[in-house]
Amino acid sequence: MIISGTLVAASVASISIFGFKQGIDFVGGALWQIKVSATKEDLQSALPGAIITSQPATGSFILRTSELKENEHQELLAAFKEKFGEVEELRFETIGPSIGNELREKSVRAFIYVLLSISLYIAFVFRKVSRPVSSWKYGLITLITLFHDALIPLGTFSVLGYLLNVEIDAIFVVAILVVLGFSVHDTIVVFDRIREKLKLQKSGNYDFDALVNQGVNETIVRSINTSLTLVLVLVAMFFLGAASLQYFILTILIGVMVGTYSSIFVASPLLTLWRRL
Amino acid sequence: MKSRTILFLVILLTVAAAAFVLPQWLGNKVLPWRLGLDLIGGSHLIYEVDMSGVSASDKDSVLAGLRDVMERRVNVFGISEPQVLTAKSGDSYRILIELAGIKNAQEAIAHIGKTAQLEFREVEKIDEAEQKIIWKSSGLTGKYLKRAQVTFDSQIAQPEISIEFNSDGAKLFEEITGRNIEKPLAIFLDNELISSPIVRQKIIGGNAVISGQFSGDEAKALASLLNAGALPAPVNLVSQQVIGASLGENSLNSTMIAGLAGTIAVMLFMAFYYRKFGIFSVLALVIYVILTLAVFKGVTMTMTLAGIAGFVLSIGMAIDANVLIFERTKEEIKKGISKLTAIEEGFKRAWPSIRDSNITTIISSVILYYFTSGFVRGFALSLLIGVIVSMFSAITVTRALLKTFVKN
Repeated sequence: MIISGTLVAASVASISIFGFKQGIDFVGGALWQIKVSATKEDLQSALPGAIITSQPATGSFILRTSELKENEHQELLAAFKEKFGEVEELRFETIGPSIGNELREKSVRAFIYVLLSISLYIAFVFRKVSRPVSSWKYGLITLITLFHDALIPLGTFSVLGYLLNVEIDAIFVVAILVVLGFSVHDTIVVFDRIREKLKLQKSGNYDFDALVNQGVNETIVRSINTSLTLVLVLVAMFFLGAASLQYFILTILIGVMVGTYSSIFVASPLLTLWRRL
Repeated sequence: MKSRTILFLVILLTVAAAAFVLPQWLGNKVLPWRLGLDLIGGSHLIYEVDMSGVSASDKDSVLAGLRDVMERRVNVFGISEPQVLTAKSGDSYRILIELAGIKNAQEAIAHIGKTAQLEFREVEKIDEAEQKIIWKSSGLTGKYLKRAQVTFDSQIAQPEISIEFNSDGAKLFEEITGRNIEKPLAIFLDNELISSPIVRQKIIGGNAVISGQFSGDEAKALASLLNAGALPAPVNLVSQQVIGASLGENSLNSTMIAGLAGTIAVMLFMAFYYRKFGIFSVLALVIYVILTLAVFKGVTMTMTLAGIAGFVLSIGMAIDANVLIFERTKEEIKKGISKLTAIEEGFKRAWPSIRDSNITTIISSVILYYFTSGFVRGFALSLLIGVIVSMFSAITVTRALLKTFVKN
């Protein structure tokens, strides 16, 4: 709980201070990946306004600029060819600001819908459990836990954006939504075990806290194992997979680990805490 | 059904699926894999149509017409399976174009976005030898045309196209029809003949009707093309993504290697941690991979980088149901009941968690699917299909395997 509190506070602080570096698909702009025999400095002096990162894996550079019209793109390409000789275009993307706004809005809406529908679903499947904590509270706790799970990767990327110019884009939002969908799994396993234990209690005299604690202890191995299988796959993808997916995978990796931890150290304590209130 | 029978059917299905999936076997003959632009290289273009000069009732027709115009232009480049789609989003009308594997995207872009050129042409002479008509410009172009629409002639029960010219156009049209009675008058769009009706009489007033053996759809398509050439609806390229073929190939290879490495790691973990049970889940996972790929192919899903990533993730998730079942079975065995009963209990008791977990993933992938577009959408779809198939493989297949091979 203390660790969570610190991480959440740090994430909120980072997001409010640093904000996010938003990708071109949210704010509009151009991304141009080229292979050229020039140094980063050469390119920077040729195009002062661009943010340039080198991609050692493909021996290329990624240049980010404001939106480029097709004729501007061609002029730039011609100018580069004149200056640096052969230029191989690996990728060129340009997105107008209107499409960017729309995508951003859609992403935020999708995020909210996923949060709400998962929480409602949990409240629904636990509807028969009403004592000592009613089912809508399971839903609400899921909501809080999910929010926690999304907030920490968001905070991480806010810091990464500040330090390394890492941008959040549509695919980042996808990663966050996947995290939401997955991190709830462990919470479900724990809650399900608690539900089963509650059903077995015949008399009204039992210690709810101890029961929750037991439930967590009995399921902790499988919570870790289910996440571990996914972590194995993610680690392989992070180190061996396509460079363009690296941050996408990293987001899910952080989210999955936070999600496992939070089902044990956030969701279950919240359940016992709530009953005392 | 007996578990042996189920197992036999599953194996049969898997072998058939494998033949369908692998390019070296039947794969390429029956239905080749469709790879996305991010893997084979290509261009994804979004054009926004400026509808400010078009009245509300004509907008849909203009959009459809422009789509056809653009598709014709794309076809000139001889690209395999070009996709030209329309999309309405709030107040904006867009045309999305996907061109796979094109080398000089610039040329295509320059050509596709031009304003449609509509022109009426009259007969210059008839080439008897080649039996074709040589056309010459009549001076009447799209800018004189006000609009076209489909009307219905109730007397002969046929749809026809009414066209309306502005006042200058009406005068020109009167002269042209006057000198071409009983001769064809051709309509060219982007220098391509789209229709050549015969002039029956001199037409005064600028309202004409093209009639013929049109089906409703043909009439609509022709009216749309005329509108696209007549109405002032310029298109602007608002987004383009061009991916070089080499980058795509690199991404495909490295993602497949990563996916394979990750899957092997998961398999090793399962075999070491759960021993005999684990080995059954590894078999079920192999079946899962083959069946899921067959479904992807069966629904002609376009595989994108994100889609493959989604599939690889689903491998990591598919095994989770087995973890839950095995953990539960172990617990039951500890209680001292027989192995087979313990397995049965394990499946039964783990089911609610498995169901709920999978449903939450289904919820998020469905929402994702509806809120995204392009490359990312493939991810949502592959995750969705993966989760559904995994319910089958992790439960039905693993259970059949365990019940067939585990003795008390």
